[in-house]
Amino acid sequence: MMHLLICILINYLLVMVAMAFFTLLERKVLGYIQIRKGPNKVSLMGLPQPFADVIKLFTKEVSFPSSSNLYPFIFSPMMGLALALLFWSLYPYSSPLFFPMYGALLFLCISSLNVYATLIAGWASNSKYALLGAIRSIAQTISYEVSMALILLSALIILLSFNLILMTSSQWSSISLLLPPLFMIWFITTLAETNRTPFDLSEGESELVSGFNVEFSAGSFALIFMAEYTNILTMSLFTSVFFFGMIPLGIFTDIPLVLKTMFFAFLFIWVRGTLPRMRYDKLMNLAWKSFLPLSLSMMILSTSLIIII
Amino acid sequence: MAALRLYSVGKAAHTVLNHAARPVAIAASRTFWKQVSPPDPSYEWRDMTDKAANTIFILEICKGLGITLSMLFKEPATLNYPFEKGPLSPRFRGEHCLRRYPSGEERCIACKLCEAICPAQAITIEAEPRADGSRRTTRYDIDMTKCIFCGFCQEACPVDAIVEGPNFEYSTETHEELLYNKEKLLDNGDRWEPEIAANLQADYLYR
Repeated sequence: MMHLLICILINYLLVMVAMAFFTLLERKVLGYIQIRKGPNKVSLMGLPQPFADVIKLFTKEVSFPSSSNLYPFIFSPMMGLALALLFWSLYPYSSPLFFPMYGALLFLCISSLNVYATLIAGWASNSKYALLGAIRSIAQTISYEVSMALILLSALIILLSFNLILMTSSQWSSISLLLPPLFMIWFITTLAETNRTPFDLSEGESELVSGFNVEFSAGSFALIFMAEYTNILTMSLFTSVFFFGMIPLGIFTDIPLVLKTMFFAFLFIWVRGTLPRMRYDKLMNLAWKSFLPLSLSMMILSTSLIIII
Repeated sequence: MAALRLYSVGKAAHTVLNHAARPVAIAASRTFWKQVSPPDPSYEWRDMTDKAANTIFILEICKGLGITLSMLFKEPATLNYPFEKGPLSPRFRGEHCLRRYPSGEERCIACKLCEAICPAQAITIEAEPRADGSRRTTRYDIDMTKCIFCGFCQEACPVDAIVEGPNFEYSTETHEELLYNKEKLLDNGDRWEPEIAANLQADYLYR
């Protein structure tokens, strides 16, 4: 039991480190996309920049708005980060510690719970901007979750398993090759799920001061952002698990998964460097009028594929 | 031909009637319209399939992604500031200096033209005849926090005594440090003289 606990803690710690360097990667890549250098002043090429940021944010004075609901206000960023880290206990190691049979379902559950962190954060800060930002973000996340579940379901119908470890070790073909449009709408949906750039309606600088996190500062602000970036890494991990088959390579089986995850994480940044923010009504149209019918028909298609084969 | 003539007369008459009726008409009659909105998209099968393919395979977004990826490999335009600095014009107006003649005698003759022209009234001068009878300043203060760096003082100066040098890195932690006196200004002049002389030399043809 103790052994398991320590292993999980190490897992979470490594995820946090990965997330820290992912923020650095984002700043660097966005910088070079805009023909400028990213952070390069902190010691060697700016590599410890994320640690400098963390130290700065956590040593700042924590301020609470006088009208906020204090306990939910403190609780919600922690909940966000805890949920984001919880995903990573599903990481499909080639030599797993435990063997969750219904990993894909757990993934869906946690990603649905993620909405509550935003909801509580927006509600508890008791500010109109935070509330509006939270409402926008929640409406968006819930809308896209509908099609996300359907897309995942059509993938699972083909994979014939809920078990992520089985999925990675014995995936006979990658679904992205079998049904490329399914993969495409999945990726766009993950962008919307993590509130990333073409769909980052939870943050509107011009109309809402910053979004649902206006009132947060110092440590709690850092926690919100850590949760966001961990979620991005999580989504890229699950994209590569569900949609990209793995060739078993003995002890090197884990490496392709990591590389694919890194590629999708990079894709998240790349898309952020390219696309402007979408209008809210178009976002909703995309979810309900394009992705929902498309994912439903994809589900029918994948079911018939399985029946035929 | 006759028919055409008749037609044009009729048209002219129509216009005249229209114009005559305008003051009593309820709504102004418009006879000429111009379509300014973009034309409807073509509904040929070919164009429609092209558009559909464009949308489904997000071709334009992919092009955009290609452009941003190509920018990733471009040389950044960043100047690594404290180590690299951008080029400065010889006319650059930075920190003020009071210059000296090569003999070491200060140039300023206390004519107070700079004080008079300064639009921000940042310069304060007091003057007295010196022991050798020459007219010199006893006090020459510039409030750098008032100064707007317009360069009028160096334009007004008949002896090129007050100049704005090429130095722009003189930030301080207190307001008081930016209230320059004569000593500080002369010290600046001694420090930046080579650069200032070079700048004046580069620009004298255009003055």
